[in-house]
Amino acid sequence: MKKTYCPECGAEIEVADDVIVGEIVSCPDCGLELEVVEIEGETVKVKVLQVSGEDWGE
Amino acid sequence: MVKVGVVGASGYTGGELLRLLLVHPEVEIARLTSREYAGEYVFRVHPNLRGLTSLKFERPRLEDLVDKCELVFTATPHGVSSKFIPRLLEAGLKIVDLSADFRLKNPEDYPKWYGWSHPHPELLEKAVYGVPELHREEIRGAQLVACPGCMAVASILALAPPAKAGIIDLEKIVLDVKMGSSGAGVKPSRSTHHAERYGVVRPYKPVGHRHTAEVEQELKLVSGGDSVRVAMSAHAVNIVRGILATCHTFLSREIDQAEAWKIYREFYRGEPFIRMVKDRKGVCRLPDPKAVVGSNYCDIGFEIDRHAERLVALSALDNLLKGASGIAVQNMNLVMGFPEDLGLKQPALYPV
Repeated sequence: MKKTYCPECGAEIEVADDVIVGEIVSCPDCGLELEVVEIEGETVKVKVLQVSGEDWGE
Repeated sequence: MVKVGVVGASGYTGGELLRLLLVHPEVEIARLTSREYAGEYVFRVHPNLRGLTSLKFERPRLEDLVDKCELVFTATPHGVSSKFIPRLLEAGLKIVDLSADFRLKNPEDYPKWYGWSHPHPELLEKAVYGVPELHREEIRGAQLVACPGCMAVASILALAPPAKAGIIDLEKIVLDVKMGSSGAGVKPSRSTHHAERYGVVRPYKPVGHRHTAEVEQELKLVSGGDSVRVAMSAHAVNIVRGILATCHTFLSREIDQAEAWKIYREFYRGEPFIRMVKDRKGVCRLPDPKAVVGSNYCDIGFEIDRHAERLVALSALDNLLKGASGIAVQNMNLVMGFPEDLGLKQPALYPV
C-alpha cells in the first residue's frame, strides 16, 4: 500500500498501490474527502475535495 | 485463575460485574454477597444471567471473604466499604472498590463533597485512582484500586490530553454531563418512577456534583498545575445506560485542528478502550452513548470554536461499564497481570 497524510488532521492514510490521479480517498479519522492529484513512486499527493456538504443539522 | 468475591452484587454495577466475570477465562467467582437477597439465586435479581450460573447471593461475612478470595470487588453504597476494607487489606487481599470511598487523596475533601469524615484517611494515599489511561503502572502494583465515578471518568478522559498539553485555561472548565437512568442505582424513589423519569431532560445537579472533586484532582495531576477549577452540571436524560460529557474549555493559545488531533492521538496512542470520534461522514460524527452501550469503550471527540475561542471536548461511555464494572475488570486485569483487555473485548450493542 502507498501512504499519504490528511492535510487537516494529520492522519496516515493508506492508498491502494494501483491508485490513479483523480481518485477520491476518505480520511479514516476525520472523514475529509481527498482527491489524488499526483503520484510519484510511493509518494501520493492529495488535496481537499470541494463538494457541497450534506445538511446534517436538525 | 483468581478467586474473586463481589460485595454488593445485587445492584446494577454488581450485576454487570457478574456478567463480565462469569465469562472471564481467568476468574472463578468464589463469593458474592447481598444483604437483601441472601439465599436467592443470582438470576432472580439479574435475569440476563439465567442459564449462565447457579450461584446464590450470600450474607456478607468478612472472614468468609478472607478465607475464600484473593481479590474482592466492592460495589457498595458510598461510605460503606471504607469500614471493612481495612480488614481485607490486612489479610492480604487485593481490592477493586467501585464506591467513592478511596477516590479522593485529600481527607478534607470527604466532609466537603460527601458530608462525612473518612474513617481511614491513612489509606487514601495507598489507594490508586483506577483510570488505567492515567495510572496504568501504579495500578499494576496496587493492593487497593479506587474505580472512578462514571461522570468523572468521562470528563477526565475528554480533558486529560488538552490539560497536559497546556492549551486550555484550567481555571475555567465547565462540564455539562447527561446521564442515563441506571446511574441512579437500583433503589427506586419517586423521581426514578417510570411516570416521573420517562422523557425527562432533568437538570438534577446543576452545581456541586461530587464528581467535581475527582476531576479537579486528576486534572491537577495530569497538568502538573495547582490551580484547576471545574464547574459541573449534571442532567438526567431519557436513556437507561450511557453518559455524554460535553466539556467546555477556553483556549489559552491558538491551535488548529491538526495540532488538536496530534495532542489527542499522542495521549491515547495504543489505548485499548479509547476511540477518537470526530468524523464528517456516517451516523455518529461525534461521541454518542448510543455507539458505546454494552462495551468498555470511551469515545472521545472535540471541536474548536473560533468565535468564542473554545475547545469543546466530548466523551461518551457506558456508565455501568467504562464508568463502573468494565473499568473495574480492566483494573483487575492489570492488578493480576492478565492482558488488560481480557474478557472486555465485546463491541457495543447497536442499535439500542
